[in-house]
Amino acid sequence: MSDPRRSLARALPVAPAVVLLLLFLAGPIAYCAYIAFTDLQLTGQAHSSFVGFANFRTAFGDEAFLNAVWLTLVFTVVSSLVGQNTLGLALAALMQRASKPVRTLTGGVVITAWVLPEVVAGFLLYAFFRKEGTLNAILDALHLPSQNWLYTLPILAVSFANVWRGTAFSMLVYSAALNEIPKEITEAAEVDGAGGPRRLWHITLPMIRRSIGTNLMLNTLQTLSVFGLIWVMTRGGPGNKSQTLPLFMYEQAFQNSMIGYGTAVALLLLLVGSVFSVMYMRLLRTEV
Amino acid sequence: MRPTAARFRSTSVLTALLAVSLAAPTLTACGSGSGSDPDTVKISFKQSTDNSIHVMDDYLAGIKKQFEKENPGKKVELVPIKAPDSEYYTKLQQMLRSPKTAPDLVYEDTFLINSDITSGYLKPLDPYLAKWKDWDQFIDTAKAAAKAEDGKTYGVPDGTDTRGLWFDKGIFEKAGLPADWQPKTWDDVLAAARTVKEKVPGVTPLNVYTGKPAGEAATMQGFEMLLYGTGDGTSDPLYDKGTKKWVAGGQGFKDALGFVHTVYQEKLGTDVSQALDPNIQTIVRGELLPKGKLAIDLDGSWLPQDWLQGSGHEWPEWSKELGLAYMPTQHGQAPGKVSMSGGWTWSIPAKAGNPDLAFKFIRTMQTKANAQKWYIANSGIAVRKDVASDPAYVKAQPGIKFFTDLVSSTHYRPAYPAYPKVSTAIQEAMESVTTGDASVDKAASDYDEALKAATDNQVVQK
Repeated sequence: MSDPRRSLARALPVAPAVVLLLLFLAGPIAYCAYIAFTDLQLTGQAHSSFVGFANFRTAFGDEAFLNAVWLTLVFTVVSSLVGQNTLGLALAALMQRASKPVRTLTGGVVITAWVLPEVVAGFLLYAFFRKEGTLNAILDALHLPSQNWLYTLPILAVSFANVWRGTAFSMLVYSAALNEIPKEITEAAEVDGAGGPRRLWHITLPMIRRSIGTNLMLNTLQTLSVFGLIWVMTRGGPGNKSQTLPLFMYEQAFQNSMIGYGTAVALLLLLVGSVFSVMYMRLLRTEV
Repeated sequence: MRPTAARFRSTSVLTALLAVSLAAPTLTACGSGSGSDPDTVKISFKQSTDNSIHVMDDYLAGIKKQFEKENPGKKVELVPIKAPDSEYYTKLQQMLRSPKTAPDLVYEDTFLINSDITSGYLKPLDPYLAKWKDWDQFIDTAKAAAKAEDGKTYGVPDGTDTRGLWFDKGIFEKAGLPADWQPKTWDDVLAAARTVKEKVPGVTPLNVYTGKPAGEAATMQGFEMLLYGTGDGTSDPLYDKGTKKWVAGGQGFKDALGFVHTVYQEKLGTDVSQALDPNIQTIVRGELLPKGKLAIDLDGSWLPQDWLQGSGHEWPEWSKELGLAYMPTQHGQAPGKVSMSGGWTWSIPAKAGNPDLAFKFIRTMQTKANAQKWYIANSGIAVRKDVASDPAYVKAQPGIKFFTDLVSSTHYRPAYPAYPKVSTAIQEAMESVTTGDASVDKAASDYDEALKAATDNQVVQK
C-alpha cells in the first residue's frame, strides 16, 4: 500500500494544477504580503526598502483608515447581514406560498439585478439616487422633500445599492434550503398549534441553520470587497463619507502612489474578513 | 484499480499538453514589449474620456503619416490610454515599470515628471538635445519645465498654458456689470459674483474648482491662483528653495482658503454636490459656459480647444460671448495679476526599446510647422520663439494674445517629487471648507499635519 512510486504516480496528474495554483495564486499572495512590509511607491522613489511594521503602525494612527474600517463594518452589517440576508430569506419564504406566475416574475426581476455587471448596476443606482435622479422625481411627484442622496446619506445609498444587487443570491440559497424542510415536520407543528412566528423560530430557522451560515459567509466576504459599485456611485465621497476599505486601499496605492501602504491595508482587510469567517464557522459547527 | 502503463502515459501526456497550452499564451505575451520590433515606435498618450473630443488623436495620426513617409520601413503604433488624469498617471507608471510594457515615447504631465524621474522611469535627453538645433528656439522657462534636480532634461515641452478669469458678457450686461470688466482685488471678484447672484437668478455666479474629485485642477486653477496672489509675490508660498523645505500654511494660505470658503458658503459657486462631482470640468466646459449658465470661471487658457470646429462641442461664438480678465492679486499689490503655468512634455522611458527612433519622432512633431499646428489645435501657448512671433499664430485664435502675454508674469508649480501628495493635501483642505466640515483655521492646521506626512517632515514655518 505504501509504495512510494505508486503514490508518486497518483500525485502526478494533480501536479500541473498544483504548480499552476502555486504560480498564479500563492505566488502573488506571497509577493503581496512581502510588499506590505516595504515602502514601495509607484512614483517619486529611487529604491524601495524593507520597513517592517511601519505601514501597519501608520494605518492604526491614521484617522482616515479608522474611518474606512468603521464604514466597512456599517456597510457590511447594513447591506449584507441585515439587508441581503434578511430580505433574501423573506423573499424566499414568501415565494414558497406565492402562485407560479408571481414566483416566476419576482424571481426573474430579482435575479436580473444579480446578473448585471457591477459597473452597470452602479451606474443604474447612481442615476436613481442622483440629484436629478428617479428617486427625487418620484418624491417630487408625491410632494415629499427631495435631496441629493449621494451627498447627504452616501453610505446608506451605497448600502441600498448593494442590497438591491445582492439579495438574489441569498434568495436562491434560502429557496433551496426551505424546499429541503420535510412537509411533515411543519404540518406536525401546525397541528400542535404553533403559529407563524413560532414555527419560523423553532422549526424553520434551526433546520436551515447551515444554509444561513454558508450564506452569511459568502455574502459578507463578497460585501467586504465591493469596490466597483461604490466607486461608480460616489468614489468614496463626499469627503470620505462612503470610503470603505477597498476604496481607501485603492486611493492609497494608486492615487497617492503608496503601493506598500495600500498593500498593508489589503492585508488588514483580509484580517477583517477572516474574523467574520471564524464567527460563521463557529455558527456552522454548533449542532442543533 | 491499478492504472495500466499505457493509460498512465496518456494521462501524463495529456497533463503535459495542458500545462504547455496554458503556459503558452503567457510566454508569448512577454514578447510584445516595445523592444520586440526595432522598426516600430510605440507612443502612449492620454485620450479624452469624452468620445467626441479627438484633437490629439487627429494630430498624432497626421504626424504618424508624415513620419512613416519620411522614414520608409519604420512604423508608428499609437497606444492611447483612455482615462481621467489621475488614472492616466497610474496606468502609465505601471507600464513604465517593465521593459515588456514600456512604450518608446510617452506624454508626461510636468506636474508629475520630477516624481517619475526620481523613480528612474525616464531617460535623460541631453545627448539628443545637444545635436538638435531647434532646441535653441525653446524659451528658457519651458526648457526648465522638464529639467530635474540633477540638471538633466527629461522631456520636450509641446506648449504651455496660463490661467485667468473667463466671464459671460451676456450675464454681465443683465447684472449691469461692464463688458470690459477687470477686477483689481479679490473683493472686486466677489463683489461682481454677489451682484450676479442678486440680479441674475438661475445662473452660477463664480466657478472655482475645489476638492479631491477635481484633482490637480482644484489645486492649480483654484487654490494656487489665489495663493500666489497673496504676500509680496517675491517668494514661492509653497516651497522654500533656500532650505529645500515645504512651507506650512501661513496667513496667505488661510486667506486663500477663506476665499474658497466664502464662495461656497455664500452659494456663489456651483452647488457643493456638483462642485465635488469628478466630472465638474467637463460640466463647466461642455454645459455651463456654452449654455450661458456661468458668469465667471477661474480656468485655464485651453478651454477653446473644446469649442473649435470638429472638436465635438462647436461653439465658434465663444469669442463674442465670453470676456477675459486677469486674475488680480489679493489687495491689488504688485505685480497686480496672477497666472500659473504647467504643461506636458514628450519623454522617452528608461526602458524604451527604440529610444533613437522615438526622438526622431519628437523632431518630426516639433518642426516649426507641426508645433504651430499643435499649439493652435489644442489652444496651447507657444514655447517656441519662432512660433510665438509668427503673426499667423497670434491671429489664429482670439484669446491667444491675452494668454501669451501672461507668460511674462506667470508662476510655475514647485513640481518636486513630493508635489503630487502636497497637492492632494491642498485639495483635502479645500474640500473641508467647501462642505463646511471644517473652519478655515482647522483646515489649515490639518494641512500642516498632512504636509508633514507627505514630505517626510521637510516643513518650514514662514
